[in-house]
Amino acid sequence: MISQQVLGMNGDEAVAYAVKQCNVDVVAAYPITPQTIIVEKFSEYVANREVHTEFVPVESEHSALSACVGASATGARVFTSTAANGLALMHEIVYIAASLRLPIVMAVVNRALSGPINIHCDHSDSMAERDSSWIQIYTEDAQEAYDSVIQAFKIAENHEVLLPVMVTLDGFFISHTLQNVSVLPDKEVLSFIGERRVVPEIDVGGKKFKLKLDPVQPLTFGPLDLYDYYFEHKRQQVEAMKKAPKVIEKVSREYASLSGRSYGNGLVEPYKLEDAEVAVVCLGSTSGTAKYVVDDLRKRGLNVGCLRVRTFRPFPAADIKRNLTGKEVVGVLDRSISFGGLGGPVFTEIEALFSDETEKPKIINYVYGLGGRDMSPQLIEKVFMELNELKGKPLPKDTLRFSGLRE
Amino acid sequence: MNLKKVALRESWISPGHRLCAGCMAPVIIRQALYALDKKPIVTNATGCLEVATTIFPYTAWRVPWIHNAFENAAATASGIEAALTAFKRKGELKEDIPVIAIGGDGGTYDIGLQALSGAIERGHDFLYLLYDNEAYMNTGIQRSGGTPFTAWTTTTPVGTKIKGKVQWKKPIAKIVAAHRQIKYVATASPAYWLDLMQKVKKGVDVKGPAFIHAISTCPRGWRTDTKYSVKIARLAVQTCYFPLWEYENGKYKLSTPSKAIASNPEKKLKVEEFLKMQGRFRHLFKPRKDVETLNYIQEEIDKEWEKLLRLTGEA
Repeated sequence: MISQQVLGMNGDEAVAYAVKQCNVDVVAAYPITPQTIIVEKFSEYVANREVHTEFVPVESEHSALSACVGASATGARVFTSTAANGLALMHEIVYIAASLRLPIVMAVVNRALSGPINIHCDHSDSMAERDSSWIQIYTEDAQEAYDSVIQAFKIAENHEVLLPVMVTLDGFFISHTLQNVSVLPDKEVLSFIGERRVVPEIDVGGKKFKLKLDPVQPLTFGPLDLYDYYFEHKRQQVEAMKKAPKVIEKVSREYASLSGRSYGNGLVEPYKLEDAEVAVVCLGSTSGTAKYVVDDLRKRGLNVGCLRVRTFRPFPAADIKRNLTGKEVVGVLDRSISFGGLGGPVFTEIEALFSDETEKPKIINYVYGLGGRDMSPQLIEKVFMELNELKGKPLPKDTLRFSGLRE
Repeated sequence: MNLKKVALRESWISPGHRLCAGCMAPVIIRQALYALDKKPIVTNATGCLEVATTIFPYTAWRVPWIHNAFENAAATASGIEAALTAFKRKGELKEDIPVIAIGGDGGTYDIGLQALSGAIERGHDFLYLLYDNEAYMNTGIQRSGGTPFTAWTTTTPVGTKIKGKVQWKKPIAKIVAAHRQIKYVATASPAYWLDLMQKVKKGVDVKGPAFIHAISTCPRGWRTDTKYSVKIARLAVQTCYFPLWEYENGKYKLSTPSKAIASNPEKKLKVEEFLKMQGRFRHLFKPRKDVETLNYIQEEIDKEWEKLLRLTGEA
């Protein structure tokens, strides 16, 4: 492990700092609260020529991701960031970027989708993109946001993967909260991810062509693709997603040996789960609070634990199942909701995981924190207490519950 | 431009694409690509040209080409240009690679206007080439901001009360010229191919954003005989329906075919000559000639032409 500098940074600044170290060729971004600090901070690096990056201050998020697609297809290492309505405006291009297999890294500073308009944290923005073929990593704090952006480039640019990566950080809770962040030396970051992006080669009539827009070896990107080939191309995205977990785990291990920091296996992070009878599952900054509550309740004799899902796409089904099997009661905390569906998106997937099992935990869904409402230790304790009450009892009818809501 | 050399060179858009007979879009693109000394990177908005030239696994493009979406050709070009700039800054790229964005009228006048305006305001070094067939032809002839007054389309049908489009075409090239950062704007017609090629070359050579607005006859949408596509594209100029001009260094200048009319006003043909060849204006001629509307159109064309003459210092 190498010595690292400790800087006082909020989550947004930590992301901008990581991007600065990654030798990014193009950043195209548009300001939106609570992501704005990333754009501001990065603009300072550009203004001081601390980076060689071409910064494209676009006129909308739609154009931000569109420019990223153009730049990435030209062979550049590319970054953007957004939140909420900005991500929703990008939606069309979110799918296109993934289908073109462009390794773009995007920080999504989670914020509630309008309407009504709200600037605070929930996961409705990134959850709405969960089927888009982007890898999604939900971080717990500013340190992890920094570490994950660096890892994201290495994951995205891996030729087995070639999928864009969203690194999410909870709006305000992480983005605007000052933290001591350990940063790697610049050269260590570059030797970890590679000085520059290596573009894969494809076979064109027996010749090797670099998979990028190049006048010397002209290729056509984004052609019309109808019922005779589209399906096969979608299948390739399925395969790329299947290959991603191994790469995410490997990058996580390598990063741990470099920095001394790891977040579970990179996919999930169990906390005091082994002997727990009651567990909660959560994403993002809430898991920090949940761990604190777990410690507190354990001191008071309750056998509880927590599972943080770090990588939500690809969904680490086996890891989640292994960690939750044998638990008597599980509370899945969702910071977003699928209106008209069975509950939150994390809940429905975990519920589906156990659908074939005869012996399975009682799974209760807690939707919480919409529009930035605080998930306090008291509220999480209340969740644990309610779950604890269900021990030895049948599954209740009300499996969809709301935490911290005035009814 | 060495025309002898150009004539011997392979076309950078191949035959065998699926565009309609008589469509002027591939003609415009072929002329444009012939004007260049080196291969550009092309980004194409969704539209007829994109769809018909790249049905997977085929492509008609012998230049690097990318289609992203409908409304973002200019934004995609921004990203391509930004990547090339970054490579140059790092010393990984020495030569200039031209960047060309291509869009139809829908992708330019309407859904792509914001991205276009943004890319020009930021001053990216790229050429935006608009092939204007004056309606959403790819989806089956719906009106756009580029559809002319009284034209029939499937969303401006000729009804008993309302006959064709009730609005006039947006002055897109002048809107682009109103941007402080624009380096070059020109209108062009594939009937005047050398003029078009010279303009494309200029547009690529200037440092900064350039815009070319080319009129593009569409036999399907205009309800015209395929053999008259070039003739109609010429009549558009000869009637001053679509005058040819350039805008550079803050000055408007008439191009040769239109300047000839400015010098000899008797050469100016009546707009009726342009309209009567097209089925989309049929209701102006049949069952009886709508003299009142035709006169009104002529008056408006004359007014616009007078305005242009003043702008170009010809009046």
